Amino acid sequence: MLWDALTLQLGYNATLVAIGATLLGFAAGVTGTFLFLRKRALVSDAISHATLPGVCIAFMVMVALGGDGRNLPGLLAGSALSAWVGLLCINGLTRRTRLAEDAAIGAVLSVFFGFGVVLLTVIQTMGVGRQAGLEGFLLGSTAGMLFSDALIIAVGGAATVLLVMILRRPMLTVAFDAEYAAATGLPVHRVDLAMMGLVMAVTVIGLKIVGLILIVALLIIPPVTARFWSDRADRVVLLSGLVGGLAGYLGAAVSASAPNLPTGPIIVLISFALFALSLLLAPARGVLAAVLRHRRFQRRVHVRQGLLALAQGQEVYEPYTRRLLRQAGLMRADGVATDAGRARAAKALRDERRWGLVRADQMHEAAAAQYDGLRDIETVLTRDQIDEIDRRIGPPHEVRA
Amino acid sequence: MSGEEFVPLSLTPLLIGVCAAVACALPGNFLLLRRQALIGDAISHVVLPGIVVAFLLTGVISTWPMMLGAAGAAAVAVILIEAIRRLGRIEPGAAMGVVFTTMFAAGVLLLEQTDTSSVHLDVEHALYGNLESLIWLDATGWASLLDPEALAGLPPELPRIAVTLLAVGLFIWLFWRPLKISTFDEGFARTIGIRTGALGLALVLVAAISAVAAFDAVGSIIVIAMFICPPAAARMMTNRLESQIGWSVLFAVLSAVIGYVLAGYGPLWLGWADAVSAAGMIATVSGVILALAAAFGPCRARAGAPGTG
Repeated sequence: MLWDALTLQLGYNATLVAIGATLLGFAAGVTGTFLFLRKRALVSDAISHATLPGVCIAFMVMVALGGDGRNLPGLLAGSALSAWVGLLCINGLTRRTRLAEDAAIGAVLSVFFGFGVVLLTVIQTMGVGRQAGLEGFLLGSTAGMLFSDALIIAVGGAATVLLVMILRRPMLTVAFDAEYAAATGLPVHRVDLAMMGLVMAVTVIGLKIVGLILIVALLIIPPVTARFWSDRADRVVLLSGLVGGLAGYLGAAVSASAPNLPTGPIIVLISFALFALSLLLAPARGVLAAVLRHRRFQRRVHVRQGLLALAQGQEVYEPYTRRLLRQAGLMRADGVATDAGRARAAKALRDERRWGLVRADQMHEAAAAQYDGLRDIETVLTRDQIDEIDRRIGPPHEVRA
Repeated sequence: MSGEEFVPLSLTPLLIGVCAAVACALPGNFLLLRRQALIGDAISHVVLPGIVVAFLLTGVISTWPMMLGAAGAAAVAVILIEAIRRLGRIEPGAAMGVVFTTMFAAGVLLLEQTDTSSVHLDVEHALYGNLESLIWLDATGWASLLDPEALAGLPPELPRIAVTLLAVGLFIWLFWRPLKISTFDEGFARTIGIRTGALGLALVLVAAISAVAAFDAVGSIIVIAMFICPPAAARMMTNRLESQIGWSVLFAVLSAVIGYVLAGYGPLWLGWADAVSAAGMIATVSGVILALAAAFGPCRARAGAPGTG
C-alpha cells in the first residue's frame, strides 16, 4: 500500500496531493532558508495565522455577491490580503513603537487569529449551508482536491521558487549582514518586505494542504535541517528545498496509504524525523560527530600526558591513560614503557622543551600563541627554525626504562 | 438586564474570562520585557498533545489528568527547545518553531488516530475554548451568590482559574524584587546573588501553569493574546514597571469584559440571532486596545520619554 502510494498509483486525487505537496515543500524549504538565516523564522508564524480573517472575509464577500464561497482562488486572494496587512502591522509595531519583534509577532498572531475565529462563528450563524470546509484551512484538508487546486499550488510553487532564484543575492546579503547591505546601497527594508512577501506566498499556497497552523513548520524545519549539512548558503538553500520536497512527497504518500492520517501533520512529523536524523548524524555539526570529536581530543590529551609522565620517570596512575598507552603498545601491563613508548616519550619531552623556548622567545610570538599542549611543533615552525632551537637545547636525551 | 438572567448565564463566563486574562497578563509583563513573549505561543501549541496523551492514558475527560498532561507537555517542550538550541547551535526562535509545530502535529495525529467521537475533544475546542458554555445553572439571581447550595454548582473552572490567579499574583508579589532586577539587568542580579537561571525557569513555569489553567477554560487564543497584548499596550503607557503591571491588568480586564459583552450581545444589537466566539472577540478587543496604545500611548516611542515620540 505504501509502495503504491510512493509510486503514485493510488489514484488521481492521491497523485495530485503528492505532487502538490512535493512542490509546496520545495518552495517552502527554499524560501524558509532566507528567513532562517535572517533569524526571523517566527515571523512566518504570525503571517500564517493572519491569513484566517482574510479567508473568512473572502468567503463572506463571495457569498454576498452570490457566488460559491469555496472558490479557492478567491479564498487565497483574501488570505494573501490579510496576511499582508498582518505583516504591515508587525513592521509598523517594531519600527514605530518600542515593542520588540517577538512581541509584535505574538500580538499580530493572536489578534488576527482571534478575529478570524470571530468571523468563522459569524459565518456559521449566517445560515449558509456551504460553510463546511473553512475549518479545513486550519489544519489542511486534501480530501477531494480538484485538479484546478493542484494546478494553483503547482504554478504558485514554481513562481515562488523562480522569484527566490531572482532575488537570492540581495536576500542573502541582507540575511548575513544587514548593515553591510545597507552600506552597499541595497534597500534593506524593501528586501525584507520581498522576503516576507515570498513567505506569504508559500503560506497561502500551503493553506489547502497543510493548513495555516502547521505551514510554519515547512518554513522552519527544512532550513534548520539543511543547515547541519553545509556552511555554504547556496547549498543550504538547495538542500533545504530538497528536504522540504522529500518531506512533502513522503508525507503525502504515507497519509494516502492508510485512513486517519492527516496530510499536514504527517508532513510535519516526517520533516522532524529528517531534522532529528541530521541533528544526530550530520558531519561537523551533528551531535554524534561532536561526541566523537570530544573523545578523540580526550584520547590525545591522555596519551600526551601519559608520555610526558613516562619521559620524566613518573608512575602513571590514571586508569584511562594506562589503558590507552597499553592499547597503543607504548606501555606494558606493569607500567613500564616499551621501546616504542620510550621513543615517543623522548620525542614528547623534547617537543615540550622546544615549546618552552618558543614561548619564552619574543621572536616566535605568533607561533607561541598556538600552543595548547597538544599541537605538534612541526605544524607551526619550519624545519630550519626547529633545528635552530635544537642547537640551543642540545642533543636528545634517552628515556630509561 | 435582570439578575435572574445575568447571573446564571453570563456572570461565571465573564469572571472566568477576566481571571484567565489577568492570570496570563501578569507573567506576560515579565516575559515581554525579557523578550520571551513567544513562550506563551509555544506553550499553547504543545498543550494539545499533552491533553490527548492524558486522555489516551486515562480514557476519560477529567480535569486533573489533563492539566498534568498539559503541564508535562509544556515541560517537555521547554527541555526540547533548550536541547535543540544547545546541541544544534540553532537560534532560539527557530528551535522553538521546530518543537512546537512538531508537537502540535503529533497531537493532531494522535487525535485523528483515536476514537474521540464519544467525548468532546477536538482541535477546534482546544483553539477556541468554550467560554460561553461555562454557565451556572443552579443560580437564580444575585441572591444565589450567598446560597451555599447554588454555589456548589459553580462550574469547576471558576475556582480553578481563581486559585491560579492568586498563585500567580503571589509568586510575583513574593519574588517582586529579584524578578524586577533580573528582568532589567541580569548581570547585576547575578552579582548580588540572585539565582537568575532558576528564577527564569520559575517564571516560565508559572507562565505555563497559568496558560494551562486558562487554556482549560477559554482555549489557546486568549492565552496567547493575553500573554502579549495587554502587557504590550501597557508598555506604551508608562516607563515604570509597577504602573505597567497596573495598566496591563486594567487592559486585560477591559478586553475580557468588552470582548465578552460584544460577543454575547453585539450580534443581537446588529439584529443577528446568534452570538459569536467570545474567545476570539476578547482577543480582537485586546488587539484594538493595543492598536490604540500604539497610536496614542504617551511612551510608545523607543526613546521612552513622553513627548519625544
